[in-house]
Amino acid sequence: MRCSVKFLLLGAAAVAGTGWLLTAPAAMPVEVAQSHTADPVNGALVFTAAGCASCHAAPDAQDKTVLAGGHALESPFGTFYAPNISSGPEGIGGWSLPEFSHALRAGVSPEGRHYYPAFPFTSYAGMHETDIADLYAYMRTLPSDPSASRPHDVGFPFNIRRGIGLWKQLYLDPTPVLTGDLDAEQLRGQYLVEHLAHCGECHTPRDGLGGLERDAWLTGAPNPSGKGRIPDITPASLGWSKAELVEYFTSGFTPEYDSVGGSMAAVVENLAQLPESDRAAIAAYLLRLP
Amino acid sequence: MKRFAKTATAATLGAALIVTAAWAESHSDKALEDAVKARHAQMQLVSYHMGVLGATAKGEIPFDSAMVDAAAQNIAAMAGLSRATLWLEGSEQGFVEGSRAKTEIWSDAAGFGAKFEDMQTASRALAGAQDAAAVGAGMGALGQSCKACHETYRGPKN
Repeated sequence: MRCSVKFLLLGAAAVAGTGWLLTAPAAMPVEVAQSHTADPVNGALVFTAAGCASCHAAPDAQDKTVLAGGHALESPFGTFYAPNISSGPEGIGGWSLPEFSHALRAGVSPEGRHYYPAFPFTSYAGMHETDIADLYAYMRTLPSDPSASRPHDVGFPFNIRRGIGLWKQLYLDPTPVLTGDLDAEQLRGQYLVEHLAHCGECHTPRDGLGGLERDAWLTGAPNPSGKGRIPDITPASLGWSKAELVEYFTSGFTPEYDSVGGSMAAVVENLAQLPESDRAAIAAYLLRLP
Repeated sequence: MKRFAKTATAATLGAALIVTAAWAESHSDKALEDAVKARHAQMQLVSYHMGVLGATAKGEIPFDSAMVDAAAQNIAAMAGLSRATLWLEGSEQGFVEGSRAKTEIWSDAAGFGAKFEDMQTASRALAGAQDAAAVGAGMGALGQSCKACHETYRGPKN
């Protein structure tokens, strides 16, 4: 009898221990982009492609480089508020480059807490270290803002951050979604779509735990913050030519001369600032999708 | 006490029913559906004329100032349609099939109206364009007004 109690206790301890390990945030890298000279001009391009300001600038802000935060992201799990990531102490002013990189690629804060995947680290996980170093250099040149970050409005059990560790075990996967032989343009498009521009976060359906269904990649999804659907952008469904896709990313006009709207309006504003070759690369990648 | 609670509940429910019925009666389902169809026709006319301007700007059809001016004036006319008959309250996305109208259209009616004024200004400015490049530049400004309105007041496809 005593023996079985001991055994049970030991078993419980083992489960708890395993759980603790599985939910633990990943360890921080020591060095990032060693021997790379940071290029803030490329950092600005990364910033635009990654759409940082679309969520982190204050809603209705005129100057989109003041990253005061406050933008609300509604989801079935609660409402998330984009934090202040300006260059001041309320933002990321005190962060080292390894801390910044760890936040982007592992979704872990400098204090060692998991971020909610409303912050698209699942996409940023595949960012190149040199791009992260350039982005870091660029963001240090942006203004600081004293606003405090607004706490997320998330109920039990999703308010237990440690649980996100388990979620990451299931869904944090930086490997390419689209496989097979891709040419240089399609590969650049893949980097932009799957990682920087994080298109899959809205255009791919999610399962019951909020993880992306990679086998239904970019086939459209319910609108997480309201009515209607985020469209299927695979070539069979969309049916747009490469030139039509590039036109949409530049002017916001569809082939039928409808215009971009909703959350996609800010995305097109960003894409329109990228080099033409990047818009063409995104189109080439999308047309390569099954 | 229990009896009072029951009466109060019944009274509240009754009042709620009356309010709901009154609200639902303010515009019949058919009227709301017809308004949505009419708005789609309005937008269809806009996109048709944008197509004429876009094809001109891209050189797909030869530059014809009379056609450019007519397209610009027709878009301005669409922007100037009175909103009273078209944007019936209650005809938002989720309540009327096919509608993508967001409730901000009614909660921020002044802001919504201002977007149509921007559209009218941009389309009037396009009339009188002297060449395809000028049409392209004018379309940029007009497209901004389309985008700005659709960003705030239109939901995603159903």
